[in-house]
Amino acid sequence: MNIITNPRKLRGFERYVKVDNVSRRSILKGLGLAGGFVLAAPVMSRPALAAYKTGAGEMPHGTVVDPRVFVAIAPDGIVTIVAHRAEMGTGVRTSLPMIVAEEMEADWSRVRVQQAHGDEVKFGNQDTDGSRSTRHYLMPMRQIGASARTMLETAAAKRWGVPATEVKAVNHEVVHSASGRRIGFGDLAADAAKESVPSVEGLRLKDPKDFRYLGKGQISMVDLRDITVGTARYGADVRLPGMKYAVIARPPVTGGKVASFDGAAAMKVSGVEKVMEVKGWPWPSKFQPLGGVAVIARNTGAAIKGRDALKIVWDDGANGKYESVAYRAELEAAARKPGLVVRKEGDVEAALKGADKVIVGEYYLPHLAHVAMEPPVAVADVKGDKAEIWGPVQSAGGTREDVAKTLDIPQENVTVNVTLLGGGFGRKSKCDYAIEAALLSKELGAPVKVQWTREDDVRNGFLHTVSVERIEAGLDKSGKVTAWRHRSVAPSIASTFAANTVHQAPFELGMGLVDMPFEIANVQCENPEAAAHTRIGWFRSVSNIPRAFAVQSMVAELAHATKRDPKDMLLELIGSPRIVKLDSVKDLWNYGEPYDSYPIDTARLRKVVELVAEKGGWGRSVPKGHGLGIAAHRSFVSYIATIVEVAVDDKGKLTVPRVDTAIDCGTFVNPERIQSQIEGTAIMGLSLAKHGAITFKDGKVQQGNFDDFPVIRMDEAPAVTNVYIVPPGPDTPPSGVGEPGVPPFAPALINAIFAATGKRIRALPIGKQLEA
Amino acid sequence: MITLKINGQQKNWDGDPDLPLLWFLRDEAGLTGTKYGCGQALCGACTVIVDKQAVRSCITSVSDVVGREVTTIEGLHPTGDHAVQKAWRQLNVPQCGFCQVGQIMQAAALLTENPKPTHDQIREAMAGNICRCGCYQRIENAVHLASTGV
Repeated sequence: MNIITNPRKLRGFERYVKVDNVSRRSILKGLGLAGGFVLAAPVMSRPALAAYKTGAGEMPHGTVVDPRVFVAIAPDGIVTIVAHRAEMGTGVRTSLPMIVAEEMEADWSRVRVQQAHGDEVKFGNQDTDGSRSTRHYLMPMRQIGASARTMLETAAAKRWGVPATEVKAVNHEVVHSASGRRIGFGDLAADAAKESVPSVEGLRLKDPKDFRYLGKGQISMVDLRDITVGTARYGADVRLPGMKYAVIARPPVTGGKVASFDGAAAMKVSGVEKVMEVKGWPWPSKFQPLGGVAVIARNTGAAIKGRDALKIVWDDGANGKYESVAYRAELEAAARKPGLVVRKEGDVEAALKGADKVIVGEYYLPHLAHVAMEPPVAVADVKGDKAEIWGPVQSAGGTREDVAKTLDIPQENVTVNVTLLGGGFGRKSKCDYAIEAALLSKELGAPVKVQWTREDDVRNGFLHTVSVERIEAGLDKSGKVTAWRHRSVAPSIASTFAANTVHQAPFELGMGLVDMPFEIANVQCENPEAAAHTRIGWFRSVSNIPRAFAVQSMVAELAHATKRDPKDMLLELIGSPRIVKLDSVKDLWNYGEPYDSYPIDTARLRKVVELVAEKGGWGRSVPKGHGLGIAAHRSFVSYIATIVEVAVDDKGKLTVPRVDTAIDCGTFVNPERIQSQIEGTAIMGLSLAKHGAITFKDGKVQQGNFDDFPVIRMDEAPAVTNVYIVPPGPDTPPSGVGEPGVPPFAPALINAIFAATGKRIRALPIGKQLEA
Repeated sequence: MITLKINGQQKNWDGDPDLPLLWFLRDEAGLTGTKYGCGQALCGACTVIVDKQAVRSCITSVSDVVGREVTTIEGLHPTGDHAVQKAWRQLNVPQCGFCQVGQIMQAAALLTENPKPTHDQIREAMAGNICRCGCYQRIENAVHLASTGV
């Protein structure tokens, strides 16, 4: 534990204190050897042991379990806990430190949260995506807190000359009840810091019945007040002395570059100081900048006005013919022919030929842009061989690596300060904007802020892929589904890393394609080829969005074809409660988690369907023009089911009176934030289903702002969204929350529209399809 | 030279009179509570109050507000305890929080004009403010709470 009077000095304290990095592997090994650690449902009293493994150790730099890295106690008793993951709205900057505070018996009102800079050797993996933070860090954070508590208790016992077993940390004090003595954490801090860090194997974790914070949902976000008074600091709010403001005109076509430019008119704009070409990398180049022409000014407004006055001739390159209507036809053609087989059980060809009836659904989902409310932005100050970055980055460690590599300086010379993120959704996993700021600062010899405009964000981002999902389902005479062939065609995120990528990566195939949980005798999943013509990236929920849309639409189509209730059809397809075996799938991704801890458990999928059906009033009578739709999906190793009620008037106007969602995310930390995430995913799901489409013509994105890429506003929002969280089983490990809510929304909505109108929508967005 | 009155204080500007108020506030005056979200009055993140009305500062030039009272989030309430701010905290409204300043300024202006709005009136008045995280249900409830006493 570290003793400091000024928490700001926390950074860099490793220079004075030796920090042992407990490797993730040794922790896992330790868990195994020790027979496991307490993991119980936060709401339950349960001293029993239950070991679980996560994929945290497989992430770059794994986890670090060391209270000296994460906890500092000042003599006045203020406890500073490091938040090493990025806050983009999930509440993780509160939740993870809260876990530490819980275990160490710190009083939350005397806890301050310190955001970690990018340093994965010191803090462990910091890449905040994949809905991983709680599931990878619940146990490490508990262990860190328990270590700190043990050190405090040991120090107190020594001071009093009593056995450590006689003392107990309680709410920011250590108490010796036999003698009635008590001493505050602040008074113990100096002694506690001299104690050795206890071994993880020997740690005593709290009995969940004694939890004050975990699982309760009573703690507000640490940034709540700052947000409401305007002092919360996002990337764009960083201001440095002498800082220049820059915007960049980037190539409108992916892989394009500047042929020539004339900056004379831009230089005449009041406040503009410089116009310069900035380096770009040929596509694909991971997260490297696209290049273009930068306008440097005394404020952002002047830089934007200057950029408007630039005259640039672009060389569009090979993607100048990318056109969305033609590309959709290409994907459809590919989906109608056999492709690379990525899962095979039984003989789907024979089963389809022998079927009494075959239902075919072909579903289309276009590119989407993230449009986080805060567009990409970063500040850089590069001096000689040192660089300091401030920005809203999901991956602080990755940003540090990429900036160091680009500037050709050691990583140790790069400091990445993580601000709050004004939304992330996967866009801010890619640090191109931070690299741009670093390059410009180096050129100008001054601190620089690079601000992306909304148009830049829409036109030059890393888009959600575009996909055609084709499902053929064969039914026997009794209406039982005996064959299931799903072909999924979409340009892969891997195309952003490697040229000539035509197949999706295991992590994409594993999001709703090969992990399809239905109990069907003959199953085949195929991945025909698709080439990318723009930068493709992670978008919240990723490939689960088109897959859940297709699979869960098909369930309702099958229900209709067999005159069944859609919920009954869904439960029949999910089948018996079991652990799904996927022996034919090579490289099953499973969200990076070991299958024995996080198997596909159909009992849990059934449970969320049954729960939402009960709570959401499935089958209730609704007014004329209304309809109910249901969908369920497992993603990010969580289980979720949604019922949407729609109303469609005689002009085709769509409204959503009610949404009900049930989630099983295992053992949970902060139900209040889970609820807010699920409320939000209903909005994001409705946005993409109703309006979302990025289209290309002549290689260029045709949209630019919220007028032509609309998202849901309050007047279109569901009137009510109800959230039900499944109480975890005693040994259920934590699973994802940030993303799982999105995928089932669109199919539940589309199924509800079918129930209301008889119209089956197979291509998103809905747009004007409901208008007569 | 233009003289502006922001949160009761005089601010001088001798640059481009067409500069959007947003960038003057953020980059020249250092009032970074007001956010940039779209630059075209489509999202409401940049909302400030001019006299008593909610205004999008991204399409309002500095010269447009000469002689008028500009209030930003920094000046909404001396201790940050406007009824809207308190309601926001009580209901844990924000997720990422980036749009919330604009939402709060819009809501404050609404309640000045209409102290007891119906839910329909709230939804209509707040429809110009986008929240990509999707906190609308809580925003609506918080505005209602602020109107009925926190």
